[in-house]
Amino acid sequence: MRFLFKTSYLQDIRLAKHGGHVFWYGLLVVALLAAPWIVSEYWLAQLTFVLIYSVVGLGLMLLSGFTGLFSLGHAAFLGVGAYTEAALVGIGTPFPLAMAAAGLVSAGVGVVVGLPALRVKGIYLAIATLAFSFIVVEVFARWESVTGGNAGKQVKAPALLGWSADSDLSFYFVCLATTALATLAILNLLRAPTGRAFVAIRDSEISAQSMGIHLARYKTLSFAISAALAGVGGALYAHKLKFISPDQFDVLESINLVLVIVVGGVGSVHGAFLGAIFFITMPQVIALAKDVLPPAVGQAPGLQGAVYGFVLIGFVLFEPLGLYGRWVKLRTWFQIFPFYRKGMFKRQKSFLKSDRLK
Amino acid sequence: MLQAVQIVISGAAQGCIYGLIALGLVLIYKTTETVSFAHDELMMLGAFAGYGLMTLAGLPFWIAFVATVLAMGVFGIALERVVIRPILGQPAFTLVMLTIGIGYVARGLVTMIPGIGTETHALAVPYKDQIWNVGVLVLNVEQMVVIAATAILSAALYAMFRYTRIGIAMQASSQNQLAAYYMGIPVKRLNGLVWGLAAAVAAIAGLLLAPITFVYANMGFIGLKAIPAAVVGGFGSLPGAIVGGLVIGIVESLSGFYLPEGFKDVAPYAVVLIMLVIRPNGIFGDRLRKKV
Repeated sequence: MRFLFKTSYLQDIRLAKHGGHVFWYGLLVVALLAAPWIVSEYWLAQLTFVLIYSVVGLGLMLLSGFTGLFSLGHAAFLGVGAYTEAALVGIGTPFPLAMAAAGLVSAGVGVVVGLPALRVKGIYLAIATLAFSFIVVEVFARWESVTGGNAGKQVKAPALLGWSADSDLSFYFVCLATTALATLAILNLLRAPTGRAFVAIRDSEISAQSMGIHLARYKTLSFAISAALAGVGGALYAHKLKFISPDQFDVLESINLVLVIVVGGVGSVHGAFLGAIFFITMPQVIALAKDVLPPAVGQAPGLQGAVYGFVLIGFVLFEPLGLYGRWVKLRTWFQIFPFYRKGMFKRQKSFLKSDRLK
Repeated sequence: MLQAVQIVISGAAQGCIYGLIALGLVLIYKTTETVSFAHDELMMLGAFAGYGLMTLAGLPFWIAFVATVLAMGVFGIALERVVIRPILGQPAFTLVMLTIGIGYVARGLVTMIPGIGTETHALAVPYKDQIWNVGVLVLNVEQMVVIAATAILSAALYAMFRYTRIGIAMQASSQNQLAAYYMGIPVKRLNGLVWGLAAAVAAIAGLLLAPITFVYANMGFIGLKAIPAAVVGGFGSLPGAIVGGLVIGIVESLSGFYLPEGFKDVAPYAVVLIMLVIRPNGIFGDRLRKKV
């Protein structure tokens, strides 16, 4: 068992709380840096996808998990970032600039979507974002001079001053650096007053407002940051796939992104990563299972959708805190070894209250 | 001018389809204050069940219709008992995630039925391809049936919520579960009933739409346009669902004719976004205020 003896207030906001954190996250960094020489090329590509989805997941996690605003149209921001990147890299912009621009354009779009969020909440906001994503995808399909329409668009490799990240190895490191920066940015944001304001809004809008938090400003800000991260993730996504078309950013992709954070654990930064790992490895597991299952089940086209649905239902019913919640329970079990009780993380019974009365 | 009238009429017919689906959404919202994203898939299940009873079991249309609606009602009650009751009282978004999951499972499982799930089927209804001539107007019977059914269903549901004890109890439990418990309302049993009712309404919608849209695993996606219809009408209002459906249908067909290609598909969503910014409660939505 570890006891934290706090001697200064700075300890409360330190990123690494104790030596264990430093050791294990250091090990993770070393492992990630060494990964290209350890794992096969195929798994390196999957790891790159995990990093990309982590960035997007972080954005959605900030919005849904920490600000309490739900979006069913986040793939639209992913798409805005991807197309901005494709267009800018296409005319020879260095990729860090193009990625920043992708994030900014996405953030701008996010602010526009955030406007209804000031007036509506809960389920209505989910509908607004859903409606918005349909419109954005239609724009992708129709604005052929920029997006290439339904035929899709080729994306060049990211290049900077003559150097080009055209191999899997170099692109992996681009993704790794971006993910690390995004994670640090989010962690810093969450321990700063802005992040605390987000959490306050999530927990109770009325209380937050009474504490002097400007709801409209912080909600819009949350939308902007979330959309920017999705946009940056979209830029990486475009480079990774080298080809983008509007149907990659439709409502099903948005639901996949929500699946990522729900499975990972809503309200935890770890959750975005665990969810991304789950989301990328799931199809592999299903592909493996196909060989074992009888052909009538294994080869059926609807298998993947059904499995996703069951996983989603399972997590909502039995593990609302997601994979990260499962890990926390496991860790607590070991930490306080013989004293773990079954009901320690039991969900509080609550009662539905109407949102219609304001 | 005649052309414009015809466009409006065809838009209204399409709008009634949206209204019919939106009716089920409103029913769920009015009683549990959440949006069921599984509603479209319940509709699809109903259509497939009807198809199965008629084609595979060889039952006549009306018997199959009643059997399907009853079976789906029981299915809805079972669904509530198994997956929805455990999360009773959780925030609305939990239920949204759950219904999305249910929708995925339903669509996936139906697609997995060998030989049936991946095909598109036509439902042989007695009134298929009939046309009524009323004066100068030419009316398609399939669409008229949809319109009539929508009107009857919404009137019946409206009366239930307005005049029966059970309807009022349902509204009470949606506004404040705890207070409803205190008043002796069996909230859990009521919720089961609501889901059974919603599944039955979805089955009716699926069976009525089947002659127009055909029966296939992804037919539920039409329901994505029913959500704007419900919002425009005001999510808690049954007549609003129909009006909202009509608005969406007419806007869609007008923009399909007068605006460039592509606007037709996004028009419903543009309307709903404008509506949410201007008047989030919809046309018939009740503006409730907490009195301090």
